[in-house]
Amino acid sequence: MTRSTGRIKASNRQAGRKKGGTAVLIVFLSVTGLFMLMPIYLTIVMSVKPVEELFIFPPKLYTSNPTLDNFRDMFRVLKSSRIPFSRYLFNSVAVTVSVTVLQCGTSSMAAFVLAKCRFPGSRAINSIIVVSLLYQSNVIYIMQYMVMAQMRIIDNPLALILPSVASPMGLFLMRQSISQIPDSMIEAARVDGAGLFRICWQIVMPNQKPALMTMIIFAFQSAWNIQGESLVFHEQYKTLPTAVMQAASAGLSRAGVAMAAAVFMLVPPVIVFMLVQRQVIQTMAHSGIRE
Amino acid sequence: MADRKKAGDLWKSIKKNKACYAMIAPFMIFFVIFTVIPVVMSVPVGFTDFNMVQIPEFVGLSNYTTLFFSDRIFMKSVRITLIFAFFTGPLSYMLCFLLAWFIEVLPQKLKPVFTLIFYMPSMANVYTVWKLIFSGDMNGYLNSFLMNIGFINSPVQWLTDGRYVLGSAITVQLWISLGAGFLAMRAGFQNIDPVLYEAGAIEGIRNRWQELIYIVIPSMGPQLMFAAVMQIVNSFTAGTAAQNLVGFPSTDYNAHTIMTHAYDYGWVRYEMGYASAICMILFVVMFLCNKLISRLLKKYTDI
Repeated sequence: MTRSTGRIKASNRQAGRKKGGTAVLIVFLSVTGLFMLMPIYLTIVMSVKPVEELFIFPPKLYTSNPTLDNFRDMFRVLKSSRIPFSRYLFNSVAVTVSVTVLQCGTSSMAAFVLAKCRFPGSRAINSIIVVSLLYQSNVIYIMQYMVMAQMRIIDNPLALILPSVASPMGLFLMRQSISQIPDSMIEAARVDGAGLFRICWQIVMPNQKPALMTMIIFAFQSAWNIQGESLVFHEQYKTLPTAVMQAASAGLSRAGVAMAAAVFMLVPPVIVFMLVQRQVIQTMAHSGIRE
Repeated sequence: MADRKKAGDLWKSIKKNKACYAMIAPFMIFFVIFTVIPVVMSVPVGFTDFNMVQIPEFVGLSNYTTLFFSDRIFMKSVRITLIFAFFTGPLSYMLCFLLAWFIEVLPQKLKPVFTLIFYMPSMANVYTVWKLIFSGDMNGYLNSFLMNIGFINSPVQWLTDGRYVLGSAITVQLWISLGAGFLAMRAGFQNIDPVLYEAGAIEGIRNRWQELIYIVIPSMGPQLMFAAVMQIVNSFTAGTAAQNLVGFPSTDYNAHTIMTHAYDYGWVRYEMGYASAICMILFVVMFLCNKLISRLLKKYTDI
């Protein structure tokens, strides 16, 4: 009882001390945030501007008669393709979901082991993963292509999924975060007779919501944007970004449609981001002592 | 005899840890097939003359000697990459941290809103709008704004005038640079046990600076390291944004980074050997940079 009142007092003191400064911070963040949002705001405005308003002088920051013409144009171009729009959407959803699930599953398991277990080879694997992040070469894509050709998965939907399953970035993020968990917690679970697999999913992961959710955002975002037009040639395997890009590519004259495409592609990642952040906040609110 | 004993111990220890190997296996299989093998295969390409059609021909170090002694544009691209890396690396890193920290202080409800605002640029693919903002005629948003307030009299060619292309490209790169690092830092903040702040308050921590130095930074070492690596990678490999914005090649090669140079030789001229050598040099630079930073952050990352 006394302990809990003490804690409430302490957090009150903390909150009280911060009141004045918080207002200043909100103003500062809002102003910087406006600058960050400006291009996105303009994109959204331009996606609903009628064509004749796109290139008038002086350029306006708003539109008086918004229209959905650009979106309609985009869908019309998409529809004129032999393949129905729903097929592209299905492909994209299938690729995104499988990549996100596989990537997060494999990376979190591997990250836990690499962060918390010492075994022959663990050090080497840890450093290889960081090095692989630093090695960025456009020649890799050719070699990847050759590997996939050997596996005979070129022009197969698998070519869009398999290369993105192992993400050194996601693993590195999780590994860093898991390394903060006290060893004692894992030891305790081990003494209780839990196997590594159970420790990972029942004890470590529920404790790692922020990192896990961040990894989901990264995975979803990169998977949603997978194009792979050099890996699959059949129209029925192509994903939404490829199709939308084709509809929007005609230089500045089709600026409105390009904007509509950009807005259209941005919506799902933003929704996922919001859902995922809400998860984090909720767990934060409920979690008491986490050890 | 001793060797055999050692090998036996190793084998025992591998057997003892077989659960560990089983758990990293799914990741490692994909990682080896789609990352390690292609990387290992691409390294020797730098010592060859390879046009993707004929069989690579071994040329020794000649790609590297050409790069260092006769490719003047490469030398220029090194300089431009360093300028890029300075602005989008350390500067953006500190920005990431400051913004993540400021957001942490906000009321619970506002946190996700601001996180989304600052992260959104790295989700959006909006080069077209930047082209319109920086557009060289009076219709460009920036030109029209500056002319309205009387700062300039005639439109500035932001995207084609050699004096401005680098600045414009860096602006856009900076705008999208609050990406993985920023989000990881936010996660790091969210991971800090609130009990620590309370304990700090009881032990006499008075202001936010002390909180930052004694509580926040020490408990965020791993995330700081992750953000540093991501920032190194993104700032040194910057180039796509510039290419999309100021065109390829940019005026007088003034926004020509090492990655753009590699793109030029790889995908435009199909000289894969040369492109591979360029990327190798970039890798060495990033590797050294990473070593330096992990030394700087070592104090916080050894847990």
